[in-house]
Amino acid sequence: MYVSPIREPLITGKKTYKQITDEITAPIEGKAGKAWYVGITITISALLLGLSMMAWTIWEGIGTWGLNRTIGWGWGITNFVWWVGIGHAGTFISAILLLFRQKWRTSINRSAEAMTLFAVMCAGLFPLIHMGRPLLGFFVFPYPNTRGLWVNFNSPLLWDVFAISTYFGVSLLFWYVGLIPDIGTIRDKVKSKFKKAIYGFLSFGWTGSARHWSRHETLSLVLAGLAAPLVLSVHSIVSSDFATSVIPGWHTTIFPPYFVSGAIFSGFAMVLTLLIVTRKVLNLESYITVGHIESMNKIIIATGSIVGIAYITELFIAWYSGVEYEQYAFLNRATGPYWWAYAIMMTCNVISPQLLWFKKLRRNLAFTFILSIFINIGMWFERFVIIVTSLHRDYLPSSWSMYSPTIVEVGIFIGTLGLFFTCFLLFIRVFPVIAIAEIKTVMKSSGEKFTNKDKNE
Amino acid sequence: MKKHWKSIAERENGSDTPEKQSLPKGNLEQILDIFDNGNEKSQSNRRDFLKLCGYSLAISTVLASCENSVQKAIPYLIKPEEITPGKANYYASSYVNGSEYCSILIKTREGRPIKIEGNDLSSVTYGGTSARVQASILGLYDTGRYKNPLKGDTQISWDELDQSIIQQLNQLKESKESAVLLTPTIYSPSTEAVIDTFLKSYPNVKWVQYDNRSASALIKANEMCFGKAGICDYRFDYADVIVSFDADFLGNWLMPVEHIRQYTKKRKLSDGNTNMSRHIQFESRMSLTGSNADYRIPVKPSGQAMLIAQLYNEILKIKGLDSYSVSDATEDIQELAKELWTNKGKSLVVAGENDVNIQILINAINYELENYGTTLRIDKQILTRQAIDSDMEQLLSDMNSGTVKALFSYGVNPVYDYFKGEDFGKAIEKLPFSVSLDLAPSETSAYFKYVAPDNHFIESWNDLEPKTSRYSLMQPGIRPLFDTRQFQSTLLAWTAKETDYLKYIKNYWEEKLYPLRTAYPNFISFWNNSLQQGIFEPKTKSFFNTKFKMAGIGELIDNIANAPKSSGFELQVYESSAMGDGKMANNPWIQELPDPLTKVCWDNYLTVSPKQAEEMLLETGDVVELNSGMKLPVYILPGQAYNTVAVALGYGRTDCGVVGKNVGVNVSKLSQFKNDCRVDFSIGVEISKTEEKYELAMTQTHHSMEGRAIVREASLGEYLKDPSAGNNSHQKYENAGIYKKPNFPNHHWGLVVDLNSCVGCGACSIACQAENNVPVVGKKEVIRVHEMSWIRIDRYFSGNEFNPDVSYQPVMCQHCDNAPCENVCPVAATTHSSEGLNQMAYNRCIGTRYCGNNCPYKVRRFNWFDYTKADSIPNNLHDIAEMTIDLKRMVLNPDVTVRAKGVIEKCSMCVQRIQEGKLNAKIDGRKLKDGEIKTACQQACPAGAIIFGDLNDKDSQIVKETSSKRNYHLLEEIHTLPSVSYLTKIRNKKTNES
Repeated sequence: MYVSPIREPLITGKKTYKQITDEITAPIEGKAGKAWYVGITITISALLLGLSMMAWTIWEGIGTWGLNRTIGWGWGITNFVWWVGIGHAGTFISAILLLFRQKWRTSINRSAEAMTLFAVMCAGLFPLIHMGRPLLGFFVFPYPNTRGLWVNFNSPLLWDVFAISTYFGVSLLFWYVGLIPDIGTIRDKVKSKFKKAIYGFLSFGWTGSARHWSRHETLSLVLAGLAAPLVLSVHSIVSSDFATSVIPGWHTTIFPPYFVSGAIFSGFAMVLTLLIVTRKVLNLESYITVGHIESMNKIIIATGSIVGIAYITELFIAWYSGVEYEQYAFLNRATGPYWWAYAIMMTCNVISPQLLWFKKLRRNLAFTFILSIFINIGMWFERFVIIVTSLHRDYLPSSWSMYSPTIVEVGIFIGTLGLFFTCFLLFIRVFPVIAIAEIKTVMKSSGEKFTNKDKNE
Repeated sequence: MKKHWKSIAERENGSDTPEKQSLPKGNLEQILDIFDNGNEKSQSNRRDFLKLCGYSLAISTVLASCENSVQKAIPYLIKPEEITPGKANYYASSYVNGSEYCSILIKTREGRPIKIEGNDLSSVTYGGTSARVQASILGLYDTGRYKNPLKGDTQISWDELDQSIIQQLNQLKESKESAVLLTPTIYSPSTEAVIDTFLKSYPNVKWVQYDNRSASALIKANEMCFGKAGICDYRFDYADVIVSFDADFLGNWLMPVEHIRQYTKKRKLSDGNTNMSRHIQFESRMSLTGSNADYRIPVKPSGQAMLIAQLYNEILKIKGLDSYSVSDATEDIQELAKELWTNKGKSLVVAGENDVNIQILINAINYELENYGTTLRIDKQILTRQAIDSDMEQLLSDMNSGTVKALFSYGVNPVYDYFKGEDFGKAIEKLPFSVSLDLAPSETSAYFKYVAPDNHFIESWNDLEPKTSRYSLMQPGIRPLFDTRQFQSTLLAWTAKETDYLKYIKNYWEEKLYPLRTAYPNFISFWNNSLQQGIFEPKTKSFFNTKFKMAGIGELIDNIANAPKSSGFELQVYESSAMGDGKMANNPWIQELPDPLTKVCWDNYLTVSPKQAEEMLLETGDVVELNSGMKLPVYILPGQAYNTVAVALGYGRTDCGVVGKNVGVNVSKLSQFKNDCRVDFSIGVEISKTEEKYELAMTQTHHSMEGRAIVREASLGEYLKDPSAGNNSHQKYENAGIYKKPNFPNHHWGLVVDLNSCVGCGACSIACQAENNVPVVGKKEVIRVHEMSWIRIDRYFSGNEFNPDVSYQPVMCQHCDNAPCENVCPVAATTHSSEGLNQMAYNRCIGTRYCGNNCPYKVRRFNWFDYTKADSIPNNLHDIAEMTIDLKRMVLNPDVTVRAKGVIEKCSMCVQRIQEGKLNAKIDGRKLKDGEIKTACQQACPAGAIIFGDLNDKDSQIVKETSSKRNYHLLEEIHTLPSVSYLTKIRNKKTNES
């Protein structure tokens, strides 16, 4: 037996290949537990609430939201940016970590990618329903028409349309290509004819031949290559919505890198939130180990620190610029009527991740779970702070005003949470949450027995 | 290879059978050929198929995005001579609402009046208007109006009504029981003649005039001082120093439209003018006038008499005349007396309080300052207020005692606005016979037995003489909408004579005014010309020996000096500059026009001083209770004198229609009656805080400029030294851009706003609302900051909280040539025109509100709900003011799109007017003249503070103004390159005043 003194094993429990297949496909073959039904009832209720609030918005008008003359975007766009950001971890894990040959990604990439898709679905809803005339939303596409109308390619909002749709398309493709061998496995395992037919169709005739594997690997690499720049571009473009404007607090060149690192930061937090629960419920502790959690925590501390530096840089530049509007915008963020939002943001995003310098905390599941929730909240507030506190007091004090959300906006946000978790719950019942084929490739890449026990453990 | 053939046919055609001649195929079949498998003759290919798919997608998209078509469009069967569809007709007329007067043009489109504009030819109003004048057009289409004559609550015909009233009148006449005709001040010569004939036919009828905001004291004081009753003609444009004791002459005192023009004319610094008047205001509440003063002194209402007496005494001392024994004047007053004396003959002292003693002293001061004949004239009078307060007291007691048996009431609402309104109502109820000749139901008319409804002024003929020998005509813009008859015709009908009032006016004019003409060969041309111009202003010379009667002044001053000093709260009631006396309470435009100072709309409230609020722990929105039991919300108003509170009249209507019903509180009963005059303040008021909270609808909640260079200002001294004083940063930013400024080859439209002229009255806001179909949103929506105004007037306080300086700044879309809104719209719904305008394509807008966010001026307005019924989704209308019912929709301007739910809108710089002007010039084959096109805001402005023009036209007025050193762009440091610019505000302050 090969003994590794340095690397801890990526999968514990000395699994055989068959064991892996059986364990990971168990939730698909077996019946759902009570908890799953309770869970999906809650999430579908939330989704229905959200749908009814969206219908109300479209029927009555955006006036049902708390927006006003001064503050044209509130919870809607906050949620949009938040959800897009959350999606980034999936792409980061599947594309960038693949390109960097980070083998530990195989335990988490499938669910992270699924999370990306669902998050982008939630995100995409907001730009649509926040429109005054959502039924005419197709105007944003540059389709040929007899009226000679064309879209405005100068508008970052239009860039968003392409960025988000490309992102969704590539992520979906990437995710699905990765799923094909696993669907083949499931097809071969399920008993019922109906399921066999469906999985058979979905597997696109996967036979596991060498040629299939070769094509699969090549396509995965190509898609990874395509998706990798998207990790950087999508949130850069989203940040351009703000960065290209003239509003103090928005008009900031630091935004693209700041948003991207913030996105990965929040995405990993969401992955952690989901996986800490999933590994427990689906008995996947030996696949998603504390080592995985620790690795993700390391990314969190890296990106969290970048975000912290970005916050401080913003403050410094506001002062250094000598622009009174800019200075006031940041002073107002920290000390104005929305100081509490800024304080929550600072605490959750800058201070709390610094605790992860302690290895003990990094490997502590309960702490990580709580921290991940903190970061989710903190990153939501980051977007709220950027959008609302910049808008509510801009250039002319005569137009200053305040914003608070209505039940409709809150309902829609809850609805997207419902959509996200409903999709995730359905996903874990129909597809393997861990890439079976991929994880088998990393089984023997590090020692099966790990000798360098840390004294802390 | 050798080709073998069986037959000739095969050799030629390649096949044995002759080719079938198929019918030519249509486009579709050709394209669908692709499905005919294996047919190599098919002419289409995959490309054509894709083309078809593309076309069908495009066509279905186009069809799907088409919105509802026009539902009703009925052409003229026979075209009326003067109506050309699409072209507006203007009719010169006059606006009259009680004592308010304005010479106007009624703009009609396809026969319906849609807008009111000022009449430039009038030498009373000079083309200016007020917010209420602009809003009065909506009153024509008010659903609350009487629609037919009534007996009690039952509808009757005019014949029935006339019969029974004539019968009653004759009965009264025979039994010699007295009746009263109650009207507001009548300053129409023909109407006076009509009333005279009516009174002659029924000698038992007495005529009483009642002005709810009377100038009784002014009239009496003039009578006592000069032996001639009436109100002087004030000339604020001749005065170098203006001292006003609580006279809100820019707001509601006498003739504000005229006064604003005079006042601002004297203070304009364009055309190399370096001289402007200095204005000192003494007052307790911060009025519109006080907010424009160069130096403002907060004093209690009760303390003013003493200050006036001291001022008088100081002037006497300077003149070396015998002075009276009053307490020593402060240095301020002494200084003021000196300043007035240096400007003698060029100064003007006015007082607003309806107190004869005060007015006599003011007359004496003006007399001593030799102002009579220059800045004010007693021989030329303002005739719009002639009522004497004591007449009303007399009438009430007569009615109560039963001496008066019948009441005919026209155009007044004493039950609502008289301080003993309740008693008045009860007295009317007791009368055996009463007739209301009002336009619309009111608190008073509810008590009457008969209603003989009057026409709206836009449906009426009349003539007016608002000032001595300044005649003006009123002509209708439309036939009466309902079964109503104008007051004068009704009176004529009851005197059994000719009921055609137009004929009556013509006869009167032929007899009385035609002789005064200087031109015109015959009466018809005289009449037609006067009617076309709306005015007739004969030059009459009057000689009046202004001889002042001094008797009694000593006694009067003794009274003032010995009056006990009041301590504690004093409460003052006033007319707010938007709402006025409340006659227009059912007009949603007026309700939604924010007060210039407090920026509150849809309510009245008690203004308290910041110091008081601190002591009593009050916050804006707290409800307080007065010792009279009245509960009012509080507004903390910087500049309110300590220990005083003030509250606006005109609110709390209970019987006026849907819009104004129960908006605010009626405070008419807080006035008092003293020395035969109405007094607007009361002493010894107590207020106590309650636990209740009340939400006020404010369009501006932050009152400081935060030290930003938004309204740039300088003192006159600084300006004279350096014309760019206060505006030094302008040069820095003017050419700071690294790119070339955009160039507009033909026109480059722009606006310039003179902040030194704008007094903040708000006429422009309403004019814009009427011109551009801007929706009304209601109080709740204003609280949610959803108001839709395209032009707003920002008001900033600066300096000391207890007596701040005030700045007004009208802000509309700045039409930036480097517009932040344009490049962020994903669908290019907002673009720049080749003439420098920032345009909105409402049909293209999908409502992302990105443009609104990115507008640094926050002038873009979003249709949060379906305010206009233009939305295609049913049952989601938000229309609190019935603005979408057919009757009120008649006021819509057909040249301007009504916006649907979910789109952004904003100031278009009245692009419809620009197009009209350009077309007119094109048809005439000439160049556009400067000043030919006027935006609605510019047209309405009584101060001439807004100037529109072509920035490419080097000789235009606007280029003259924009090349001034006072010119700057709002937020020019962010390089938006606005087409709208501002001229700095100059205050005529001395160095030691702050």
